[in-house]
Amino acid sequence: MTQLNQSGWKPEMKALSPSGEGGYVETFTGNRALMLEEPLIFEIGGRETCGVDFVDLPLPLRGEGRGEGAGKPSQADTPLSQPSPLKERGLERATPIGLPGLSEPETIRHYTRLSRQNYAIDLGLFPLGSCTMKHNPRLNEKVARMAGFADVHPLAPHETVQGALAVIHELAHWLVTLTGMKAVAMSPKAGAHGELCGVLAIKAALQARGENRPVILVPESAHGTNPATAAFAGFRVESIPATAEGRVDVEALKAKLGPDVAGVMITNPNTCGLFERDLKTISDAVHAAGGYVYCDGANFNAIVGRVRPGDLGVDAMHINLHKTFSTPHGGGGPGSGPVVLSEALAPFAPLPFVVKRGEEFVLIEEETAGEHHGQSFGRMTAFHGQMGMFTRALAYILSHGADGLRQVAEDAVLNANYILRSLDDVLDAPFGGSGPCMHEALFTDDNLAEGFSTLDIAKGLIDEGYHPMTVYFPLVVHGAMLVEPTETESKATLDQFIGALRSVANRARQGDLALKSAPHFAPRRRLDETLAARKPVLVWKEEGAGD
Amino acid sequence: MRYLPLTPADRQSMLATIGAASIDDLFVDVPADARLSGPIAGLPNHASEMAVERHFSALARQNMAASHHPFFLGAGAYKHHVPATVDHIIQRGEFLTAYTPYQPEIAQGTLQMLFEFQTQVARLFGCDVANASMYDGSTACYEAISMAGRVTKRHKALLSSGLHPHYVSVAKTMAHFTGDTLETATPALDGTDMAHLLDAVDGETACVVVQYPDILGRVEDLGPIAAKCHEKGALLVAVVTEPVALGLFKSPGEMGADIVVGEGQSLGVGLQFGGPYVGLFACKEKFVRQMPGRLCGQTVDASGKRGFVLTLSTREQHIRREKATSNICTNAGLCALAFSIHMTLLGERGLRTLAEVNHANAVAAAERLARVPGVSLATRTFFNEFTLNLPKEARPVVRALADKGVLGGVSLGRLYPGAAALANGLVVAVTEVVTPEDIETLATALEEVLA
Ligand SMILES: Cc1ncc(COP(=O)(O)O)c(C=O)c1O
Repeated sequence: MTQLNQSGWKPEMKALSPSGEGGYVETFTGNRALMLEEPLIFEIGGRETCGVDFVDLPLPLRGEGRGEGAGKPSQADTPLSQPSPLKERGLERATPIGLPGLSEPETIRHYTRLSRQNYAIDLGLFPLGSCTMKHNPRLNEKVARMAGFADVHPLAPHETVQGALAVIHELAHWLVTLTGMKAVAMSPKAGAHGELCGVLAIKAALQARGENRPVILVPESAHGTNPATAAFAGFRVESIPATAEGRVDVEALKAKLGPDVAGVMITNPNTCGLFERDLKTISDAVHAAGGYVYCDGANFNAIVGRVRPGDLGVDAMHINLHKTFSTPHGGGGPGSGPVVLSEALAPFAPLPFVVKRGEEFVLIEEETAGEHHGQSFGRMTAFHGQMGMFTRALAYILSHGADGLRQVAEDAVLNANYILRSLDDVLDAPFGGSGPCMHEALFTDDNLAEGFSTLDIAKGLIDEGYHPMTVYFPLVVHGAMLVEPTETESKATLDQFIGALRSVANRARQGDLALKSAPHFAPRRRLDETLAARKPVLVWKEEGAGD
Repeated sequence: MRYLPLTPADRQSMLATIGAASIDDLFVDVPADARLSGPIAGLPNHASEMAVERHFSALARQNMAASHHPFFLGAGAYKHHVPATVDHIIQRGEFLTAYTPYQPEIAQGTLQMLFEFQTQVARLFGCDVANASMYDGSTACYEAISMAGRVTKRHKALLSSGLHPHYVSVAKTMAHFTGDTLETATPALDGTDMAHLLDAVDGETACVVVQYPDILGRVEDLGPIAAKCHEKGALLVAVVTEPVALGLFKSPGEMGADIVVGEGQSLGVGLQFGGPYVGLFACKEKFVRQMPGRLCGQTVDASGKRGFVLTLSTREQHIRREKATSNICTNAGLCALAFSIHMTLLGERGLRTLAEVNHANAVAAAERLARVPGVSLATRTFFNEFTLNLPKEARPVVRALADKGVLGGVSLGRLYPGAAALANGLVVAVTEVVTPEDIETLATALEEVLA
C-alpha cells in the first residue's frame, strides 16, 4: 500500500504561484523545509504491520504457527466452547476489516508530523471568542493521570473509590460556592449536554407542577446550542431581539412571557461580550410568570470570583470546565458541563451524583435515589461524567485559589478591553460606545473595502502567525469578529497581536488583493468547502475502489 | 500566580490606554449589589504546584487502581493495555491545546486524524461512514434512536434486553421528555430474549436497538433481526461497547445493521472512572444527512492539494440552530485521537491478535471459575466477558472480593437493582491484562467467599 507523497506536489499543479508572490519553488516531495506533508495511514500502513508486540500469549494460543490460518477463534476453543459457537453460528469474521498498521517509529512520526500542521494555544494567542482558549496547566495533566483516578473503573465498589468520589464532591462544592447556587449536576459531558440537563430539569419541574409550557425564549445572539437544545428537548423556540446596545430587549422579553413559556435561556456575559445588566429584572419577571431562568455559563470566566449567578435569580447554568477552568480543548473535545441548580430545580437533578454521609462518599444511583431524590429526571449518560476533567478543573481551582480566580476574571476583562480600545479606530466596534466589554471584544466588517470581508481578515491573521478570532458569530451584527484574549496572555503578546490585526484590518480597508488569497504561508491555502459538501468524501477509499 | 503573566505595572498602563481609573470601572455593568466585594469565602488563596499535587496524591491513594489488583470489571468499560505512544502523542500541545478545526488551513493535523478515525470506525463497524465522535457510547446510542426517528418518521424504539441498563436509562430519560415510546425488558438468563424481540417488531417500529456483545457478554447473529427490521421498514441500531470484539467477530454492519454506535473507550482511552470516553457513530451512506455531530471530509485547497475540512455543517447547531440534527458541539476529539493511534499501532493483525488473546483468556477464566463449587456459567457464546451464576447474591460477594484485594466483576444486582432473578449474576470481563495468576487468585478468593 505504501505510496509516496499523496498530498504533496504533483506535476499538474505547476504554475500556481499567485501574483505578487515570487520566489515560490516547487520541491520534489511537496515539503517545504519544516512544513512536512504526510500521507494517510491507509497509504503508508500495511495489513501485516503491527506496532504492538504480543509475546505473552495465553496457553491456548501458544506454540502454533502464527502464519496463515493461525489464530482462528477455534484455537482458543477449550472443551467449554467446543464446538466453537462462533464458527457454528457463522459469527467469526470472514473478511478483512481493512485497518492498516504502523510500527511504533512510523506511528510517532505520522502523528508528530500531523501535529505540526495544527495551530494551538501552546504556540500562541488563540483569540477565539466564546471558546476561551487559555493556557492549559501541565500540573493538571499530571494529576488527571494518577493511577488512582485514571485507572479506576466506574462500576468499582464505592468502598474502593472513595478518593475519586471525594474529588467529585470537592469540585461540586466549589462550583456551588463560586456560583452561589444550591446544587450541581456533575454528569453532563459538555456545555450543550449541560444545557440539555438544565432544560430537562425545567421540564421536569413543570411536569411536577402539572403544567405543560411548550415555549422557551432564546435571544437572537445566543449560541446555536441553545435553540438546538431546547428543540431537542421538545420545546418550541421563540426568539427575543437585542437592543441597539447588544443586550436582551427586556420589554420585548416581558411581552412574550405568559402561561406557555417554560423559561428563557440567557447567556451572561452574553455573546457580544457584554454583561446583561438587567438579568435580575428578567429573572424576577420570568419567575413571576411561572417560568425558569436558564443561564448559558460559557462565559463565566469573565465573572468568576466577582459575581455569583445565584444572586441574579438564575435557576440553572452550565459551566464549561473546558473554558473557565482550563481543561484542554483537545482539538474539539472532550469537555465537561456541570450544571449548577437553584433550590427550585435541584430536586430534579439527574443521576448519578455523589453525597457525603459522615465520612463516607456515596454515589446516588437509580436504586438509592428513591429515598431522597425521587424527583430526579433520570440518567443523562452511562457513568458519572468527565472524571478526567474534574481532576483537572479542581487542580485549576485549588492552584488559583480565591485570590487567583478573582484575578483571572479581572485580567481576562482587562485584556479584552485593552484590545477593544487599541483597535476601535480601525475596526468597527458596534457596542464600543456604550461602555466597557467583559472578556471579549466584538468587531464587525463595517468599514472594509468593497468586496472584503471578515473571512479575509481571519485568513490574513493566519499568515501573521495567529489563529483567527471567532468569525460570523454572534449573528446579531454583520460579519462578527469576536476576540477573546483570556487572562493568560502577556501585555507583550497582546501588543504584537494588536499590531498584526491593525495591519491586516488596514489592508482590508485599503483593498489589498493579496489578502483575498490568504493564507499564503499555511500548510494549506483556502480549502474548497463547497466541493466538500457537494460531493462528500467522509472516509478513505482505495483508488479505483469505486463508489 | 504562576499562570497569570500580567504585572501590576502592565495592568496600570493598560488601564491608562483604556481610559479606566481602576479595574472596577470595567465591571460597571454589573449591578452594584451583585458585585462581590472580596474573594469568595471559604476557598483558600492560591497554592503551589507541590501543594496541589500532594492533595491529589493523597486522594488518589484511596482508590483501588485496576493495574494494582487482579481486575475483572467490564460492563461497558474495559481495562486494556494502552501503548505508551498513545499518551505521548495526545499530550503534544498541537493536539492537546488546539480547538475544533474551524480554520482548516491551520488545523490539518486534527482534520486528517479525524478523517482517518472516521475511516477506521466505519470499517470496523462495517458501515459506509462514521462521524468525528460523540460524548460516549450511551449518548451515541440515544442519538441513534433519535436519528432513526427522523429517518423513519416513526416514534417507537424497541430496546433489546441485552442493552446496557445505563444506556437504557439514558434513552428513557430522553424519551420521557420527547414523548417517544420505548419498549424495554430485563435480560433473561435462559436466552429467549431475541425471540421476543423478533416478535415485537411491527410497522410502527422506528428502530430496534441491540447490543453486540450484550450486557451479559452474549454474542448473537444479528442477521435475523436485521431482516425482520427491514421487512417492517424499521432500522436496526447495533451498539458495541467493546470494539476489540470486532477483531474476531463479524461486524454489525456486515450483518445488516443500519446504524452502528459504540463506546470507543477500550482502545487508547482508559477507564478514567467513567469519562471522558468516546462515542462512535457510523451508518449507511444514505442516512448521512440525518447524522448528528461533526463530520470531516476531503477536499482540495486553492492550489489543488488534498486537504480536509469539517463538512455538511448544515446539519449542525451552529448553522441550523433549532432545526439541527443534534445539539452536540464539543465532542470527544482527543479521545478519538487516542482511539485512532491505538488502532494504528495495532493494525489489522494486531487487533485480531488482541481479540484472540482476550477471547482465550476469557475462555480459560470461564473454565476455571465454573469449577468453583456452586458456580455455573450463564453465557455460552461470548467474547471477553461472561456471566456467572453464583449460589448466592453477587453484590456482597463483589464487596467481599474487594476486601481481599480482588476486583472480581460487576454484579447484576448493581446493574439491575431489584431484579430478583438476576441477583446472583456476576459479569466477569477478562482482557489481555489478566494473567493466569490473576485468574487463580480470583477463583480461590471466590471459593473462600462462597464457602
Ligand atoms: C456561548 C456558548 N454556549 C454554549 C456552548 C456549547 O458548549 P460545548 O461546546 O461545551 O457543548 C458554547 C461553546 O462553544 C458557547 O460558546
